Formats: sequence, structure tokens, C-alpha cells
Amino acid sequence: MRTSRLYPLLALILLCLALLPFGVGGYILGLLTVGYYYGVIAMAWDLLFGFAGEVNFGPSFLVGVGAYTAALLNHYQHWPIWACLIAGSLAAMVGGMVLAVPALKLKGPYFGLITLVAVLLLQNMLVLFSGVTGGEIGLDVPDVLTISDNGNYWYALGFMTISGAILFGLSRSPTGLILQASGQDAIEASALGFNVAKHKMVAFAVSAIFSGLAGAMLIFYLATVSVGTVVDLTIGAQVIIAAVMGGRRTILGAALGSVLLIIGNELLRPIGQLATFFVSATALVMILFFPGGFLGRLLRPEGRE
Amino acid sequence: MQAIQILIDGFAISSLYAIGAIGFTLMFGVSGVLNLSHGAIMVVSAVAAWAVAGALPVGPFGGALAGVVTGVVFAYATYLLVVRPIQTSRTIPGEEKEIFVLTGTLIWGIMLAEAVAYFFTNNPKTVLPLISGVVMIFGERTPSNKIMTAVIAWAVIGLLWLLVNRTKAGKTLMAAAINPRALTLLGYELSHIYLLVWGIYGVLVGLAGVLLGAFLGVSSDNVGTLTASAFSIVVLGGLGSVSGSLIAAYVVGYLETFTAYLIAPSIRTVPVLLLLVAVVYIRPQGLMGRR
Repeated sequence: MRTSRLYPLLALILLCLALLPFGVGGYILGLLTVGYYYGVIAMAWDLLFGFAGEVNFGPSFLVGVGAYTAALLNHYQHWPIWACLIAGSLAAMVGGMVLAVPALKLKGPYFGLITLVAVLLLQNMLVLFSGVTGGEIGLDVPDVLTISDNGNYWYALGFMTISGAILFGLSRSPTGLILQASGQDAIEASALGFNVAKHKMVAFAVSAIFSGLAGAMLIFYLATVSVGTVVDLTIGAQVIIAAVMGGRRTILGAALGSVLLIIGNELLRPIGQLATFFVSATALVMILFFPGGFLGRLLRPEGRE
Repeated sequence: MQAIQILIDGFAISSLYAIGAIGFTLMFGVSGVLNLSHGAIMVVSAVAAWAVAGALPVGPFGGALAGVVTGVVFAYATYLLVVRPIQTSRTIPGEEKEIFVLTGTLIWGIMLAEAVAYFFTNNPKTVLPLISGVVMIFGERTPSNKIMTAVIAWAVIGLLWLLVNRTKAGKTLMAAAINPRALTLLGYELSHIYLLVWGIYGVLVGLAGVLLGAFLGVSSDNVGTLTASAFSIVVLGGLGSVSGSLIAAYVVGYLETFTAYLIAPSIRTVPVLLLLVAVVYIRPQGLMGRR
């Protein structure tokens, strides 16, 4: 689809979503609010995977660093929310840089393992120092963004829209193209005179800032932070499923995938524990038969598969 | 004597880690697949052994056999339902097949774990020990089953060595690991070799699951940790190197046991993770890696 036809459609969808609070109840709004925050995390993951070609098995490492930094500062130091959000994003950026160093040296499975280990180490540390962090039970966050369902919904939607615009814009910019080239063939990209390392560092930094900020915003919505909600490996797996289902290398598909994943889980709630099973099975069938994802055909630059 | 306890426990747990990790590394070496549903298949096998031994009058050995058979069945299911469709797909670009196999097996592992949790709950299951009773080793009361675990693991490693080094099928496997293209030129069907390696993998992973179930107990919540620990051992030893995995399994097993006994059981995996990070930074090819 041509970009010129895409923008009016996107604006229409966003308008409908913005008017949703006047039509549906607080419960559905709550679900979508969480879905939007995960949408940002999935888009940030897609920038790293789809464009920079780095397989990050631990998106929840960056999310967890951002969320816990914000939560600890708010809980113990009583920093105002805006300061906590900035601190959380910066901490996640530092985390992203820590991951970027091995990513530039290692490839494929080895880097994937490092990201997996990063999540497990963070999880172990949080449980080990549970006196400070609340461990598996969690830590309460005194401040919240707002107590109104509608307000929270609009915060999340606005956050997703702005992040989506920045990430999508970045992916379509010259920087995004160089990034894509570095991800697909690093040697050729550097032979053409592009600084692969610098571009990948930028991708890591941007991805980490948005993941950390989304994590920090999420905990100011949930008013609590725990290992199970922001760090656990299954959270990371959900993010990856969402991004691949929505269509890798499209950015916007990742947000769509996250919202659909949350809705899918909710629709299947009546069958209880098996809901995750069926959602995963759908994701598996999807990647086997439609590897491009929902938006693969629609949004891929130059319409390539 | 704590030292002897650590020696015995560490040896048993390391032998058990070794067979799971050897299966994982053999699979990568021969067919280039990293199977992220590894832990899930271990848990499914252990739960099958537990369920069969509990429901039918077959005794612990019958249960263990059922567990190993389940391991083979699910290894083939993983290959035929997930890995092969991706490898033969025309719509997935070649350079992205590796990441699709990783994602596909990751999702498949989640499905298996959820199914186990649904049908058998996520309570830890302890598989009946193969033999009961205790023996005295240097004045330490040791459950015979711990010794049995190590003996079985080493018997299997020995059999695998014979298979790979002394039989034609085994030599073909090694050839496929070294140069698959040359092997196809010699008229061998690669898909037959892949079927063979998935079968061997199924036996190893099923057995590792059953033994772990009898040793520590397993639950569907362990799936991620089990996959990560097999992955860590294999990377520590060097991807694709069987002898490296064997050594790494002992390093990891003993390091975990030392930490659990001398510092605190709650951080038993932390030193291993730190060691792994250090090894990957300093020597990315692992202890015995080829590349």
C-alpha cells in the first residue's frame, strides 16, 4: 500500500480508538491500555530485530530495567512521576548499551543467548534482593498517572501513537534503510561506507529507550511492579509472538499484533488455562503459513515479501 | 561430610545435564537446528513417566520407558510439525529460516508447557526412583537412585559413542555435521539422516527428563529454565561440540551444586550465568568450539 493512502486510514483508525471510551466500559479500556503499552514494546523490538537484524530474546530485560528503576525511585525516593519516567528510560538505555557491546561482537545464536541470560540474571537479582525490590510478590508504586479509566486509556493511546510515529518514521528514514542494510548484510553495508556499528548502537539506544519508557509508564498504570509482569521470560515471548504475528519489519504490525494478542487471550478466557495454548497455536500456524504476518504484504517497504 | 555429598550430588546432576545437552548439541551440529522447546519435551517426558507409573501397574522401569518413548514421539512431532515446514517453506526467505525455527520452537515449547499445566496442573511431579534404598559411600548415606542416574547416563553416553564412531549410520551423522553438501553428492538422503538424529535426540531428551524427574522433580514452570540451562551448557562447551558439552555439563553441574551447598540454594544458577557471560565475551566459540 502506498504511504499516501496509508496516512488517512491510520488517522481514521486512531480517531475511532480515541473515541472508544465513550462507547465501551472500563474493563475493555483497561485491557486495551495494557495492550497499547505492550504495543510500544513490540514496536521497539521490531526495530531491533526487523531492521538491525539483532535477535533479542529478552525484550523484557530492557522493559524490566526501565520499570524497576522508575518504581524504586518512586517508592523509596518519592521522585515525581515525570522524573521517574526519564530515569527509567535512561537506565534502560544504559541496559541497551550493555547488550549492544556483545551484539556487535557476536552473531546469531550467541547474541540470542546473551539476551536470554540478561533476563535470567535480572530476574535472579530481583528475587535475591527481594528485601528492596519486593521480589516475586512485587513492590507497590505510590503514584499513579491518573485514576480515571478514560484518562489512562488516552495516555496509553497517545504514548503508542507518538512512539509509533517516531519509530515508523525512523524505519522509513535514510537511517532506517542503512540499518536494514546492516542487518541483512553487514559486510556489504560497511563496504558501501556506512558505519554499521554506529547505526546499530543507535537502534539499540532507541529500542531500549522506548522499551524502558513503556515499562515505566505501565507500572504507573498498574500501580505495582513485579517480576511476573515486566521481567519474566514469558513476557518476552509474548512480545516476540506479537511482533512476528503482526508482520516483522513493519513496526506498525507489532502494535497491531500486541492488541490482537491481548484481545485473543481475552476472547478465549472462557476456556480457562488453555487460552494461552490456543493463542500460541494460532501464532505458530500464522508464522508457518503466513510468515509475513498481518501487515507483511501491506507495509513492507517496496512491497517486498 | 559435606565434601563427599557435594562430589556425589554434583556428579549425578552433571551426568544428567550431560545427556540432555549432548542431544541439544548433536542436533545443532548435524542439522543446524537450535530447539527452544528442549525443556518442554523434557518436562512432557517426565510427566508421562510419572503418569504411566501412577496409573498402570508397570513399575518404575515401565514408567521410565514410557517417558523415553514420549520423548521420541514429541521430538518427531517437533520436527515434522514445526521445524520441517519452516525448512521447506518457499515463503520464508533462506537467511531468516534460523530465526523462524527459533521462534517456532519457542512457541511450540510454550504450547507443550501450557498443555501439561492444563492436563496435569503445574504442581511439581516426582517420578518414581528406578531403584530404592540407600548405600553408604565413605560414610555418607546416598540414595541408590543417584548412583543409578549417573550409571544410566554414562551407559547412554557410551552407547552413543559406539553408535557414532563404530556404525555406518553414526559415521554418516558425523559426515552430515561436517559437510552436508558432499554427503548429498555421495548419494545420501539428508532427510533420512535428519530423521535419525531427531530419533536419537528424542531418546536423549526423554531420558534426561525422566532422570531429572526422579532426581529433583519437574513442573511445567521449569520449561524456560531447563531450555536455558541446556543452551548455556552447549554454548559454554562450544556449539556443536559433543565433548565440549560433556565437559561443560560437569562444570555447570558442580558449580551449581557448590553454590547450593556452600552459599545458598536460591542463587544456584547465578554463578553459572556470570561464567557464561564471561566465556561468551572472552571466547565466543566456547571451550571446545570449532568456530
